[in-house]
Amino acid sequence: MQWETVIGLEVHVQLATKTKIFSGASTAFGAEPNTQACAIDLAMPGTLPVVNEQAYRYAIMFGLAIDAEIGKRSFFERKNYFYPDLPKGYQTTQLEQPIVGAGQVELNLSEGRTKTVRIHHAHLEEDAGKSLHEDFHGMSGIDLNRAGTPLIEIVSEPDMSNAEEAVAFAKKLHSIVTSLGICDGEMSQGSMRFDVNVSVRPKGQEELGTRTETKNLNSFKFMEEAILLEVERQIDVLENGGEIVQETRLYNGDTKVARSMRSKEEANDYRYFPCPDLLPVELDDTYIDAIRNDMPELPEARCERFKAEYQLSDYDADILSGDMAMAAYFEAATKACGDAKLVANWVMGDLASKLNTEELSISQSKVNAEQLAGVISRIKDDTISSKIAKDVFEGIWNGEGDSADAVIEARGLKQVSDTGALEQMADEVISNSQKQVDNYRNADPDKRPKMLGYFVGQIMKASKGQANPKAINEILLKKLDELL
Amino acid sequence: MHQLTIRELAKGLRDKSFSSVELTQHYLDRIQTLDSAYNSYITVTADQALAQAKAADERIAQGDDSVLCGVPMAHKDIFCTDGIKTSCGSKMLDNFVPPYNATVVENFNRLGAVSLGKTNMDEFAMGSTNESSFYGAVKNPWDTSRVPGGSSGGSAAAVAALLTPAATATDTGGSIRQPASLCGVTGLKPTYGRVSRWGMIAFASSLDQGGPIARNAEDCAIMMQAMASFDSKDSTSMDHPIEDYSALLDKPLAGLRIGVPKEYFGEGLNPQVAEKIQAAIKQFEAMGATIKDITLPHNSLAVPAYYVIAPAECSANLSRFDGVRYGHRCENPADLMDLYKRSRSEGFGEEVKRRILVGTYALSAGYYDAYYSKAQKVRRLIKQDFMNAFEEVDVIMGPTATSTAYELGSLNKDPVSMYLEDIYTTATNLAGLPGISIPCGFVDGLPVGLQVTANYWREGQLLNLAHQYQQETDHHRQTAPNVA
Repeated sequence: MQWETVIGLEVHVQLATKTKIFSGASTAFGAEPNTQACAIDLAMPGTLPVVNEQAYRYAIMFGLAIDAEIGKRSFFERKNYFYPDLPKGYQTTQLEQPIVGAGQVELNLSEGRTKTVRIHHAHLEEDAGKSLHEDFHGMSGIDLNRAGTPLIEIVSEPDMSNAEEAVAFAKKLHSIVTSLGICDGEMSQGSMRFDVNVSVRPKGQEELGTRTETKNLNSFKFMEEAILLEVERQIDVLENGGEIVQETRLYNGDTKVARSMRSKEEANDYRYFPCPDLLPVELDDTYIDAIRNDMPELPEARCERFKAEYQLSDYDADILSGDMAMAAYFEAATKACGDAKLVANWVMGDLASKLNTEELSISQSKVNAEQLAGVISRIKDDTISSKIAKDVFEGIWNGEGDSADAVIEARGLKQVSDTGALEQMADEVISNSQKQVDNYRNADPDKRPKMLGYFVGQIMKASKGQANPKAINEILLKKLDELL
Repeated sequence: MHQLTIRELAKGLRDKSFSSVELTQHYLDRIQTLDSAYNSYITVTADQALAQAKAADERIAQGDDSVLCGVPMAHKDIFCTDGIKTSCGSKMLDNFVPPYNATVVENFNRLGAVSLGKTNMDEFAMGSTNESSFYGAVKNPWDTSRVPGGSSGGSAAAVAALLTPAATATDTGGSIRQPASLCGVTGLKPTYGRVSRWGMIAFASSLDQGGPIARNAEDCAIMMQAMASFDSKDSTSMDHPIEDYSALLDKPLAGLRIGVPKEYFGEGLNPQVAEKIQAAIKQFEAMGATIKDITLPHNSLAVPAYYVIAPAECSANLSRFDGVRYGHRCENPADLMDLYKRSRSEGFGEEVKRRILVGTYALSAGYYDAYYSKAQKVRRLIKQDFMNAFEEVDVIMGPTATSTAYELGSLNKDPVSMYLEDIYTTATNLAGLPGISIPCGFVDGLPVGLQVTANYWREGQLLNLAHQYQQETDHHRQTAPNVA
């Protein structure tokens, strides 16, 4: 049987506000446990929430970026359940009237295909704390630093039909929220987390199959793996005459194994009701327009600008503009060295592959934009060859020096353009290669330029790659022609 | 000294008839000697009170002209006090010492008032008799075999027993007015949003409002001036101009239009109480007011709506008491669920558990529309009733309670009949309006209270008419036996 996959996403995006959504405590990542939780975050008796206006502004910015209707009247509700990392015993979130209504995003897929994914809505809510189940002598530790961090939860329609589209959608959201500056986009720190709803149905069937939800995926790679695995599992179950159970699942990216967390029957009755401690928020057009007029550049606009301003190809512009951190890196390096094409090649080539190997994001790159620009500048002024440049890049990456010049100096990689030294090397190679010189001499003149390669190679070898290839060519030609 | 009003005490302090330290010590001695009969205090803070008194004496010597400077008072044990146990009348918080002050407490501290201690109350303010306190029932000073009313029974009894000149209190469904009525003192429930709820432990957030209990309207005006404030820490606090309550007291009542709802004089009202209320209304007529019969057609729905909304909100508000971060925790929990179940079962009393269950039920899937949604609709109708009435009249008068104080133990066995006793008071909270209870006579030696409800932000009007009435009557000057 032919199967069709239906995928919808719920995406939690941590907003980059300085303080929490309902308290003045800091949201900075990585502090000692429970040092960034105030009386409100701890749900001490008598404390009350006050909404962070910046969180609201960020949510509105997202809504405007996806062309959604902005809730003129929105309010918070309480979602009730007990868990130790949820201090109040309820999560303050939005349900009936969220801040962002229906919208849409456009995806660029492989082979030039495009797709529109509809957004059902996006709402504001608070994050919970963290339960730490290790290193507490059989007990659990609670870290409430994250409790009350503002989130928007973006809920898509089930418009995606394979892992590629789901990943493209996730990346597009990443691109939008980082371009807007409303999220730092640091997936490894949990700044964006994905819940994936997957179901399959026989091709052509209208009715949706039973879905499962795989929660809390925090990388594009894990998301892709989890979807592929789940689709395969569901088809397998159905083809063996089984039924899909509606359930919440967890995927472990390290072991590549997914398991059921709880079934629908075990689901909580969350008893949502409007939070009486917070009044509804009413917005007028002036307020929304002021935000609209102050919006930063969005990915599409940036892509067009990259093509116009840096003469990049469609492909290069799309890649480089898609990720905010990458775009910023590209522009900073280009500004510093003045060669957009070379920077583009490096960023998408050596840098990307290095980041990929070490599983780092571009903001964690061990070679920053200025350093890369330094490497490129030394290629352009003939201090080093493109080949040596890769070694210099490697050297900076490994911490051998904090600039191209420092690594070139330390490793002694400066290109040899000194004619005297090169002539001496050429003479040595020629006198040690009598057979090749004879061949050269006897060859058809048209074929001689190709035969030059051998001599160039010998000199490069002798100079450990530091000889200036252009200069060697000239010298060799002159010397070999003298022997004719 | 304990016979003097706040106004008289302020004069005595400046005349050097007595110092604040002497005055404070006098009250501490009285509490020490007499309160065993009433149980009106949970915690007496003698050391802190004397330190505050000493500081107040210095301020007065330097010319501080704040009326409350050096004047003793007490806080209901629902207001958080920095470094002082704040129990909310519950075993759950028997060990809870907040590291912060309620805004109301801050306001009094700033003015130099002296806090004698924390007054007894129904557990988490749930009750109309003050019998649900973990610290035992409060006794009515007029007859210690009877209840003082609730939930602010400790505050009302302490004022009536002359164990403090005045006290803070809170009113969610009548918890200031009803004990004021039963104890023969004056109690004001302000407009919702007038007094900050920051640091006031929540029962039902959309209904809770702090207010004063004192021996007369003039003292209530002084207390109210201190309590009223806009607070950016409370999202439901309103930035509305604050009247000079004391300055408004002497306004003549000529032209005041009084509405008397027929619904307040139906079945269930003790006929002797009804007579006293009618006589009080006649007195107002004699003072220049006009009387008009009005109708509040949805009043009979107030109690049912209240007993859905208040428990619904409390079921979420009390989820934070889970034994994890503060408050009562059971011994040797086997696992997380055991920790929750036993900590909450042991920490909460019967009435609190009943309301959590009722509220949880009312919010549950399948029942939400029938209970919570419907109750909110009723709430709007009740508010509309009042708005219609205020088109024709300035204030609404009637009884505060159906009878005088009941015998201890006579009502708490039957929750529904206890809830029905709130028939005259809950509508005011559902509408968010201000209300006052004024002593207006005695039946069989027990006080009767007249309830007056005004339009939003008209606390000044209520205190004015109460003060004018108290110029013509002496019910409020009567003192309970054995307290002089």
